[in-house]
Amino acid sequence: MTHPTAVLGVPTSRPAAGSPVLTVSDLRVSFPGEAGRVHAVRGVDFTLHAGETLAVVGESGSGKSVTATAVLGLLPDDAEVSGSVRLGDRELLGLSDRRMSAIRGRDIGMVFQDPLSALTPVFSVGTQLVEALRIHQDLTAAQARERALELLDLVGIPDPRRRVDAFPHEFSGGMRQRAMIAMAIANDPEVIIADEPTTALDVTIQAQVLEVLRKAQEVTGAAILMITHDLGVVAGMADRVVVMYAGKPVETGTADELFATPRMPYTIGLLGSVPRLDAGDRTALTPIEGTPPSMVDLPAGCPFAARCPVAVDRCRTEEPALRAVTTGAAHATACHRAQEIDAPGGIPSPGMFPTPASPRRPGGLPRAERPEVLRVTNLTKHFPLLRGSVFKHRVGTVRAVDGVDFDIREGETLALVGESGCGKTTTMLQILDLAGRRAGSVAVLGKDVGRLDGRGRRELRRDLQVVFQDPMASLDSRMPVGDILAEPLRTHGWDRARIAGRVPELLRLVGLLPEHAERYPAEFSGGQRQRIGIARALALDPKLIVLDEPVSALDVSIQAGVINLLDELQAELGLSYLFIAHDLSVIRHIADRVAVMYLGRIVEAGDVEDVFARPAHPYTQALLSAVPLPDPRKERQRRRIILQGDLPSPADTPSGCRFRTRCPKYRDLAPAESGRCDTEDPAAGVLGEDHSAACHFAAALEVL
Amino acid sequence: MTTPASATGTAAPPRSRSRGALVLVRFARNRLALVGIALVVALVLLAYAVPPFLHWTYHDNDFASLDTGPGAAHWFGTTHSGQDLFALTLRGLQKSLVVGLVGGPLTTLIAAVVGASAGYFGGWTDRVLMWFLDLMLVIPAFLLLAVLSPAFQHGTWLFFVILLAAFGWMITGRVVRSMTQTLREREYVLAARYMGVHPLVVIFRHILPNAASILIIDATVQVGAIVLGETSLSYFGFGIQAPDVSLGTLIAAGTPDANTSPWLFFFPAAFLVLIGLSVAFIGDGLRDAFDPTARGAKSRRRARPAVPRSRHARTARTARNPRRKPTAAVVPAAATQEGVTP
Ligand code: SF4
Ligand code: SF4
Repeated sequence: MTHPTAVLGVPTSRPAAGSPVLTVSDLRVSFPGEAGRVHAVRGVDFTLHAGETLAVVGESGSGKSVTATAVLGLLPDDAEVSGSVRLGDRELLGLSDRRMSAIRGRDIGMVFQDPLSALTPVFSVGTQLVEALRIHQDLTAAQARERALELLDLVGIPDPRRRVDAFPHEFSGGMRQRAMIAMAIANDPEVIIADEPTTALDVTIQAQVLEVLRKAQEVTGAAILMITHDLGVVAGMADRVVVMYAGKPVETGTADELFATPRMPYTIGLLGSVPRLDAGDRTALTPIEGTPPSMVDLPAGCPFAARCPVAVDRCRTEEPALRAVTTGAAHATACHRAQEIDAPGGIPSPGMFPTPASPRRPGGLPRAERPEVLRVTNLTKHFPLLRGSVFKHRVGTVRAVDGVDFDIREGETLALVGESGCGKTTTMLQILDLAGRRAGSVAVLGKDVGRLDGRGRRELRRDLQVVFQDPMASLDSRMPVGDILAEPLRTHGWDRARIAGRVPELLRLVGLLPEHAERYPAEFSGGQRQRIGIARALALDPKLIVLDEPVSALDVSIQAGVINLLDELQAELGLSYLFIAHDLSVIRHIADRVAVMYLGRIVEAGDVEDVFARPAHPYTQALLSAVPLPDPRKERQRRRIILQGDLPSPADTPSGCRFRTRCPKYRDLAPAESGRCDTEDPAAGVLGEDHSAACHFAAALEVL
Repeated sequence: MTTPASATGTAAPPRSRSRGALVLVRFARNRLALVGIALVVALVLLAYAVPPFLHWTYHDNDFASLDTGPGAAHWFGTTHSGQDLFALTLRGLQKSLVVGLVGGPLTTLIAAVVGASAGYFGGWTDRVLMWFLDLMLVIPAFLLLAVLSPAFQHGTWLFFVILLAAFGWMITGRVVRSMTQTLREREYVLAARYMGVHPLVVIFRHILPNAASILIIDATVQVGAIVLGETSLSYFGFGIQAPDVSLGTLIAAGTPDANTSPWLFFFPAAFLVLIGLSVAFIGDGLRDAFDPTARGAKSRRRARPAVPRSRHARTARTARNPRRKPTAAVVPAAATQEGVTP
């Protein structure tokens, strides 16, 4: 079954474009688990052709990452694997570790989500690249170093001669991912396997890295197998797509077919639940009810049957096989009713999943007349930058937040967006701290926090609540849910009887059952846990809830339900939200107003529709253009504004305009004009009724 | 989806049990822990209820049988001066049970409160407490005792136990402090803080229960340590003085003769082991009861969540950046419906 000679021989010629390079057939993987064997992958087939990009998409637990790991031969020893993985005509399954490592890094390049764990921390990036080159190729040390410099240059690492001897931790996340790509293509592989390569990165950096990946593919002609959960990334990168659910492909086809005419209910639901940046008005998302099945003992029949709105009896007894939609077509689905979907007189795919009606908003008063719930004026937070271990001395100042102003009116949602390091989290913590002494002022419900005494501050906490990002970390895992929900009530002096009445009420409010009060958080899924977090925030009937990335840890199909819930609660209870996020698409669905932060400042703010349709600050424009759209056609037509470099350190902010070092507009300006950006800090200029931007040359640009 | 009709129909659901009640229920499910409790009760009964019925008291000397082995007249044998070892051991058991069962947990309590306060509040509180802790570590206990001894010569046993605890908490205190420093940053602690929960309540409600495993293990170890440690204090004229005895003093007195008269050492030592064992059982049960993921404490009726908890599934997940990585793969069998829509 293996071809030892082929393993040793270096492939001399590249397979012709379009010929299969990697063939996976009937791949099955299972692990021993506490509750029984986990059948993580249950029969995967696909063929990767030279020069193409195949994306395997699915939510967590769909088996997509295990598939990639199996192809790479990196599964743990106790995993049981069967089927076949062929690279060219070599069978890879069953190869010894030694043989496999000869193939990995030479014929198959790898790009992982977290490059920090894939790069060895104690060796410089250059050393590791040289080593990768010399293991697989016959090069002298000097030649290898030269080649390493070329590669670093190719992936866009500025000044490679200086950076080549840096250690991985001295690189930013984006840089590390570039270095990882350089390593992946070092030996001119036939296949590059990229497992969630940009999931940990900010959108503007993601756009850079995807660009590098495309370039790497052009240079090497390698086929890319891309594992991801992000449908936007898929639309922009993939030629063909495999959608996985419960360990099996449920729909495959070209990217265009799949996004335009999905035929499997799961794919239809998934596409419907993705928040879209280019969606028109603020609409409710379409969640897929339920959660994916347990991979330990799958029920008979279609694994999606429990969540499928069009399931019939047959679905519960017989598992559908993957079949071509029309004979001979590449587009295939695993669904008994595939023929009926979108057929004349069949099941129309729009509206297949019930979309909850957008909640009625008590529109009424115009914004200016509604009472202010939160006003932040000139909020500033500087941290001293200390050096020295014994005698600490101040060597600088980190300007995490540097003069931020905004306000939130009753019943509205303000989204504070920005990439990591922009100061949005510090801003949030500053507000939540309700600390008295600080630069700038925070007023909640018209009360200046700085003037409150301890008692008044405690009273105010009732009206100001928070929901954190990670639903696992924000619930004390050692407390039953009932106690978790009772905590704010107890703290604010409710008696036992009232608490006992309130807890079930709260659980129902967020769509859980009163019986759930006795369970521990670990017994719930991510989406349910986030609902518990929301219920806790609602306990005291607050006026303002600070939402810190409340859905970014959830799968899209679950995320949609939580977003809808937040929307409904807002309409029902008249809440105001401060929504901290990095995901612009989510914001489009939930926010009324948006404030974009960069290096401790708000650079653009205003009504969501206005800002998204006519972004005026170059940073907002770049940010919006970097967000991938789940639509291959649109993706192809878009022009991306790719920002150069990384975020400067907030300890060393540029003079004049802070965005100057990366601003695309700045580079195009005449020297006389750009001088203004160098020296003069732009103030927020009013552009419309509710729209302002801090740029000397603000001008609207359509980027979607 | 926020209107679960299935739930609205049920009138006033039974009040859900709080953490305390649930921990108790889970503890009671652990058979070994119940054995531990039974053992402690048996030991207490033996130590307090049996001596009045014995022929010999612990301070009687049977000059007819000096240094004899176990037999019908003296079940555990006798000492060099003819004291009945059974009576002595029970008397020692009385003292040691009190000292151990009160002193062990007390030591841990001091460690927990000082360590958690230092770690949670930080700043000056931390500096002062740590300074004090280091001082306690470097000052030899006997020096301090030598200074104190005239003043407290006639203290009660309670005072004596407190003194013992005061010399044993420092190492654990440091461990708790560093654990607290990481726990303090957790989001659920932040959440509690932003709710306006009093800092001391946060410590007892969120910090310490999450450090429960180590605290419980520490408390069980301290029970044994303190029973033995008590003998060294006796040198300074504290606590248990001859002719009164404790297991510690009995073991100390019996050790040199362990070869020639093994019973003098083994019987008291066996009782110490029994105390240690029962406490370890109880500790184990408590730890599982506090830890919702522990297997033993789960009701056997309720299906375990069908989580693919294989090592790989977990490492695969944690290797990911948590930020945008969906974590909803966990599917409890008992709560299958996301959103529980009717
Ligand atoms: S086979 Fe049945 S349950 Fe599965 S997706 Fe198709 S219609 Fe739905
Ligand atoms: S002020 Fe100048 S540098 Fe700053 S964003 Fe505007 S054009 Fe760019």
